[in-house]
Amino acid sequence: MTTNFLHPATSGEYIQHHLEYLQLNLRTFTMGDGGFWTLNLDTLALTIIFGGLFFGIFRFVVTRLSSEVPGKLQNAVEMTIEFVQQLVKEVFHGKSTLIAPLALTIFVWIFSLNMLDLIPVDLFSRILFCFGISHFRPVPTDDPNFTFALSLSVFILIVFYNLKAKGFRGFAKEMLTVPFGKWLFPLNVTFRLIEELVKPVSLSLRLFGNMFAGELIFLLIATMPWWIQWTAGGIWSIFHILVITIQAFVFMMLTIIYLSMAHE
Amino acid sequence: MGESTVELAHLIAGIQSITVIAAAGLIAIAALGTALSFGMLGGKFLESIARQPELAPMLTMRMFVMAGLIDAFAAISVATGLLLVFGSNPFLAAVLNAATKVS
Repeated sequence: MTTNFLHPATSGEYIQHHLEYLQLNLRTFTMGDGGFWTLNLDTLALTIIFGGLFFGIFRFVVTRLSSEVPGKLQNAVEMTIEFVQQLVKEVFHGKSTLIAPLALTIFVWIFSLNMLDLIPVDLFSRILFCFGISHFRPVPTDDPNFTFALSLSVFILIVFYNLKAKGFRGFAKEMLTVPFGKWLFPLNVTFRLIEELVKPVSLSLRLFGNMFAGELIFLLIATMPWWIQWTAGGIWSIFHILVITIQAFVFMMLTIIYLSMAHE
Repeated sequence: MGESTVELAHLIAGIQSITVIAAAGLIAIAALGTALSFGMLGGKFLESIARQPELAPMLTMRMFVMAGLIDAFAAISVATGLLLVFGSNPFLAAVLNAATKVS
């Protein structure tokens, strides 16, 4: 598809163009939208690269710890790990070898992917456009597929921990009797189902909505005249640093809270 | 020919005006909601810090969690509104598709 990338006709067209993913149709193995059987290659590539970077850097630091004068990188890694550990200790009182690493992974991964929102919106797509790739979205966390994948994994873990901590019978008993006693069990089950199903939906939509709004406003700033872009972009970037951190933090915090609720 | 063009223009104008009002509502009500709730949140936060200053670090962190929760749905609503105005308008696209099919 040929698009006039360098000279879009209207700002609407420009935004439209920037909101399309680099998609691979799995039925025909051609680029383009294939309904359900579609891979968003940009999201996949960036998430895998940044996941790999996260593991690589943390492993690199952990394997060569020095107890004398730690370097800046080691300090940063230690601070992150201690920060997450402290939070998990405060909220979660049982024993689990999974929750703290999971929380750390979620926090660092989402944080680094969110950070991609701060690079100029046209940079990646302009470079890749020279290689013949017409669509590229640089922020994976404003792809609902990615955020839903994350939150559904957390949801599966919630159900798993519910079953593990209480056993099947205990879980069933809790579902049937908890708010109103055993005689109103249809109401109890309905409430519980709604409560559980809202968790993954709100978790992922929260992250997606924030990052999508941020990206959209960056795109709008990019359509402004050049002399105002610096001011507007600067202000929004500074505000967005806060949003990025808070959203990564909230996702992690809610994961810890949900999992510890499942344990109790 | 001329009459149907005018009719189409009327249809498009109607959809555009309704869309603008919807987008304005989405953005304005989101702003109103977050403004009110941030006011409440910040006020209570300052109050509780004034009462117990030694709890400030813990409360700051919890306030930011709450801020993230409040922010989220407003952001979704603002994004929807902006998309309606600057991005694609699905309702307008439907009318335009129907119009091209007819003509």
